[in-house]
Amino acid sequence: MELLVAIIIGVLVTSGVYLCLRARTFPVVMGLTLLSYGVNVFLFSMGGLKMDEVAVVGMSENPTDPLPQALVLTAIVIGFAMTAFLVVLALRSQGEHYTDHVDGRDDVAGRKDEGGEA
Amino acid sequence: MSHWIIAPVLIPCLAGLLLLLEVRERHRLRRFTGLLSCAALLAVGVVLVNQAWDGAYTVYKLGNWEAPFGIVLVLDRFSALMVLLTAVLAFPALLYASCGDDRKGANFHGLFQFQLMGINGAFLTGDLFNLFVFFEVLLIASYGLALHGRGPARVKAGLHYVVLNLVGSGLFLIALGLIYGTTGTLNMADVAVKAQSLPVGDTTLFSVALLLLWVVFGLKAALFPLYFWLPATYANATPAVAALFAIMTKVGIYAMVRVMALIVAPIPPIGQQALWWLGLITLGLACLGALGAKRLGTAVAYLVVMSVGTLIAAFSAGYGAALAPALYYLVHSTLICGALFLLAGLVARGRGEVGDRLVAGPAILGGGRLSLLFFVGAIAVIGLPPLSGFIGKVGLLRTVPEPIYWVLLLVAGLCGVIALSRAGSTLFWRTTGESAGLRPSRRRLFAVLWLLALSPAMALWGEAGLQWAEAVADQLRQPHGYVQAVLGGGAQ
Repeated sequence: MELLVAIIIGVLVTSGVYLCLRARTFPVVMGLTLLSYGVNVFLFSMGGLKMDEVAVVGMSENPTDPLPQALVLTAIVIGFAMTAFLVVLALRSQGEHYTDHVDGRDDVAGRKDEGGEA
Repeated sequence: MSHWIIAPVLIPCLAGLLLLLEVRERHRLRRFTGLLSCAALLAVGVVLVNQAWDGAYTVYKLGNWEAPFGIVLVLDRFSALMVLLTAVLAFPALLYASCGDDRKGANFHGLFQFQLMGINGAFLTGDLFNLFVFFEVLLIASYGLALHGRGPARVKAGLHYVVLNLVGSGLFLIALGLIYGTTGTLNMADVAVKAQSLPVGDTTLFSVALLLLWVVFGLKAALFPLYFWLPATYANATPAVAALFAIMTKVGIYAMVRVMALIVAPIPPIGQQALWWLGLITLGLACLGALGAKRLGTAVAYLVVMSVGTLIAAFSAGYGAALAPALYYLVHSTLICGALFLLAGLVARGRGEVGDRLVAGPAILGGGRLSLLFFVGAIAVIGLPPLSGFIGKVGLLRTVPEPIYWVLLLVAGLCGVIALSRAGSTLFWRTTGESAGLRPSRRRLFAVLWLLALSPAMALWGEAGLQWAEAVADQLRQPHGYVQAVLGGGAQ
């Protein structure tokens, strides 16, 4: 299972980083979301991975570490709020610049820069 | 147990919540609440410095859970000093904003208070995850503040700032995960103990975690190659907000120094060599930035970056004696850069349409007084005698005997002179016709004067100041006391 989780984290972070480097705000927002998913799963697995165990001492022979679960909960809440803020900001940016380019550049010039991506 | 230590977090939190309840835009009430909270923070700051000054640590267990299981707040000389510095900077910044800048958008005062709450919390906490949470509190407030007043340039700079910091938060969480995975704790004192006896296989992972922490703190502190967001964000923010942001880079430096002194000092160095070189590169590039700046605000922002480079290089050079002058310089540069941001705001108002762009423009109304203030601020920030910057720089030159540091610091001084004299002569002397700008109001001038006056004061009582800095440095050099205070006698 460790291998599976490691691969999942790797794929999430890779696609997150790739999307973050795009020049439009929507892919950047998606990238940050994927990145934070990857980070959250990573944080969750830091207490060691165990199957079918509860996170309460005394309820089972071999309880899971509850602390990473608490940490990841906090991280999810914060990450969610930040993403919501970023979406609003991206909309604002589009309203101010009439383009969704992250540098607020002219839309036509922006397309030329990106080559055949569109 | 003294409860004063939690006041710097609770006062702005309470004031911020009250300000959110005030929805009818009664500006006088809002300003009064904000300023009252800042004044209270100032008083509490003095109390805390007083309390910490005999060298004892105050450990405040939140929820009365024993460390390392619960979260603790720790007060020592360094954190007390930083809390007081925040309050000293925040009051004039808010006073300046209360002259009208706060009306450009809703909820300025509430955000300002939450920003203070995050900054103070980051200074006081003794837990790494709690540090992350307070970083997020101060960041989300700063996102709102950076965008305060709208405008396309602000939104563009704000978008970059937010995205970069979100990536930074992700890296911070990965670092925390690795630290928890290897040491099984997130309490700073406990991490410091466990880091000394890590199993062989875990030391590499732990090093990776610390290197990631340097990246995160470097992003907050605006260290090369992560400083490109700063000039645009700071120069485009409202002057009062930019002045408050002068302490934000210092939060990054504070966290770096704290982790360095507590966790890294007893074990073989991790990445300090890299930090030293990056600090030097930051210093060098900031000189070029200051020389090439097209606006006064940008030039001041590069001066902030310059101070960051100076400080990080000094802290990571590995000379114990450099700690005290570096701390002195940290206090000085925070206050003066704050003052210069406010002053840049006054200049921009006085010139009307042209703003603070460094081109010939209309004469500034009340320019005589402003030019005098600018002159004092420039001398202080560049580090010419007789003001506090000079004392700080001489201290750093004496304690960091590295030729390259000397060269860069002196070149930085020269570049500062050139950049600021060019800016000053363009703004105040190359005038064309009558101004359409606004005369600076008395309260705004008072706010600038408050911050500027601290530089001569720091120079006048320079010896006492350096002794205080030495006392702070002395405590930082003995991480053992911190560990013992937090974990009790049980841990070694």
